[in-house]
Amino acid sequence: MKLLIRGGRVVDPANNLDEVLDVLIEDDRIAKIAKNIKAEVDKIIDAAGKIVMPGAVDMHTHLREPGREDKETVLSATRAALAGGVTSLLAMPNTSPAMDCVDNVRRLKEIIRNTSAANVFICGAITHARQGKDLTDIAGLKREGVLAISDDGCSVDNEELFLQALKEAQENNLLVISHCEDKKLSNGGVVNLGWTSTRLGLRGISKESEYKRVERDIQLTQSSGAPIHIAHVSCKESVEIIAQAKKKGLKVTAETAPHYFSLTEEAVLNYDTNKKMNPPLRTREDVLALKQALKDGTIDAIASDHAPHTENEKEIEFERAEFGVIGLETELAVSISELISPGLLDWSGLVRKISLNPARILGLGKGTLSIGTDADLAVIDPDKEWVVEKNGLVSKSKNSAFLVRRLKGVVEYTICNGKIGYPF
Amino acid sequence: MIWTKKDLLGLEYLSLEEISLILETAESFKEVSSRDIKKVPALRGKTVVNLFYEPSTRTRVSFEVAAKRLSADVINIASETSSVRKGETLIDTGKNIEALKADILVIRHNYSGAANMLAEHLNISVVNAGDGWHEHPTQALLDIFTLKEKLGRIDGLEVVIVGDISHSRVARSNIWGLNKLGAKVTVCAPKMLIPPGIERMGAKVSHNIDQALENADAVNVLRMQFERDNEEAFPKQLEYFKDFGITRERLKRAKKNILVMHPGPINRGIELSSEVADGSNSVILEQVTNGIAVRMAVLFLTAQANERKNEPRPS
Repeated sequence: MKLLIRGGRVVDPANNLDEVLDVLIEDDRIAKIAKNIKAEVDKIIDAAGKIVMPGAVDMHTHLREPGREDKETVLSATRAALAGGVTSLLAMPNTSPAMDCVDNVRRLKEIIRNTSAANVFICGAITHARQGKDLTDIAGLKREGVLAISDDGCSVDNEELFLQALKEAQENNLLVISHCEDKKLSNGGVVNLGWTSTRLGLRGISKESEYKRVERDIQLTQSSGAPIHIAHVSCKESVEIIAQAKKKGLKVTAETAPHYFSLTEEAVLNYDTNKKMNPPLRTREDVLALKQALKDGTIDAIASDHAPHTENEKEIEFERAEFGVIGLETELAVSISELISPGLLDWSGLVRKISLNPARILGLGKGTLSIGTDADLAVIDPDKEWVVEKNGLVSKSKNSAFLVRRLKGVVEYTICNGKIGYPF
Repeated sequence: MIWTKKDLLGLEYLSLEEISLILETAESFKEVSSRDIKKVPALRGKTVVNLFYEPSTRTRVSFEVAAKRLSADVINIASETSSVRKGETLIDTGKNIEALKADILVIRHNYSGAANMLAEHLNISVVNAGDGWHEHPTQALLDIFTLKEKLGRIDGLEVVIVGDISHSRVARSNIWGLNKLGAKVTVCAPKMLIPPGIERMGAKVSHNIDQALENADAVNVLRMQFERDNEEAFPKQLEYFKDFGITRERLKRAKKNILVMHPGPINRGIELSSEVADGSNSVILEQVTNGIAVRMAVLFLTAQANERKNEPRPS
């Protein structure tokens, strides 16, 4: 199929591009980007007044398949991704069973091959069943095509074991993604330790439980020389530690999620379980630090930490409710509303955070509109507003932290591997 | 002023006027308990369900007595005997009670926010009888009622709350309520029992009980639950009594007429000495009596608000 996207503002920081151009897609690849392309095509998309950008690459999503298909499946998550302008995603390994051996990864690849609506890449586990006891067959996982390893949801408490994992990952040219949490310090908490935990009478999660582990993991990176990626940074102290590490030239990258730079702990207000996630929403000070870190480059990437849960797991007492919120369908719009509208990032800046950088961190040739690359694009109406509603969500689970929020930026088209993936 | 809220969830959510209205209503109900026939027909034909997920005698009995003196029918459910054990969710339990056409659900729950959640999902009135570490509004209301009765005012009073503030719903409700009525609140405890950010709720923090008591008009002594000891950092019992226990010696250095309050049940010799508990400054048993009037007021006002809400609007 030949597709022409006409007259949109093409934003492609990998090629220093930000101007009104036409994009021609042929044989599922970017064939040409120029002014007034004349070509016989099957379909023309009029993108006047729209942003044309490389599709978002979400490096932190929970697909729930295999094991919890009642929450989400590869199909439902990838459809949600397309609705949100996301064309590639990294599936975290905390499925049931976990992605901790070659067989499990093979089975997931089979499911992806048969059902996926977008590009899905796999993150393997660091330890068996993510229990932090013994390492997985890291070389085997690499051969099976995983892009990274992580025990996401848990940190590997045993320092020696984690150091060993970093070394083996480096030998195999694999990225280690770290969920930084010292569970001895977070101690069964459910919201940020401070005003909100005190006011609501809930057990708090200290910032120390996060940043002390960020500190440790960066030290281990320093001693091993292996790169590390810090997942879902939520607080100012973590930002400062990462900034120092980067200054020293250490191979550290980091991501944060839209809820961390747009909401504070006060959003938990009336025990709203759709504001319960781990790490928890922090304070205004942290939100400002995260925004600044996105601006100055301390934080490289925006990732959703898409974590679907059923209503049965959320419409219960706050302390019993599951941690996590969905985010594939709102991450672009929240980023536009919170980062572009106030002038914190320009469009090139946002595309770096949400498409180009995550692709580069994962070693993917995506996140760009370079001629000859896979045609993964999103066409965005940057000024149109919409309200997040349960019924409008594509994801199987509806646990969004942004329900009833008015957001700016509507995904008009998502093109994945040269085909119009959205609208469906 | 007219009471419009169908629920009582916490004092954080009430205005000065609303708290004053409860206190005034309680004043008029107090007299009922001293009659020969201790009953008025205010809630005749109404059903009050006490749903208690935590062991409680005093609060449960107080609500039961209050409801009966208003002529309501009362049903008590304790979690051991309910379908909670069969895995029913709290919302489903609440909806079943609503389907039985109960009018008021009084809930005590070990999880913070349980009453808020029920109130959101039910049309009947929900009265919070204590949720986790969050709020215990009727306890704070009866504390405030007793203070006002004894001292004639709340505005300008200095009230000290001593004990495990971190895990105390009584402390939180008192801080909210007393602040709204113009009192100055100091919380006093070892550092490990003071939750972060409590100042923002309107409480001064002290770690020295003798200093805290200096100008206090009243001290509210919280029950110390030393069974928490194995759970996290917790002071040793004897040490706590030495440093924070309310004794006659300590009261000698305080204002002569300082009121000593306690939400009960008291631990003699742990958070206060027997002499103080039984002494002339103690109003602990009067608090219990006042609890009935305050709970009568709360049941009456919430039921009335819900009735008004359900009336067809005049065209």
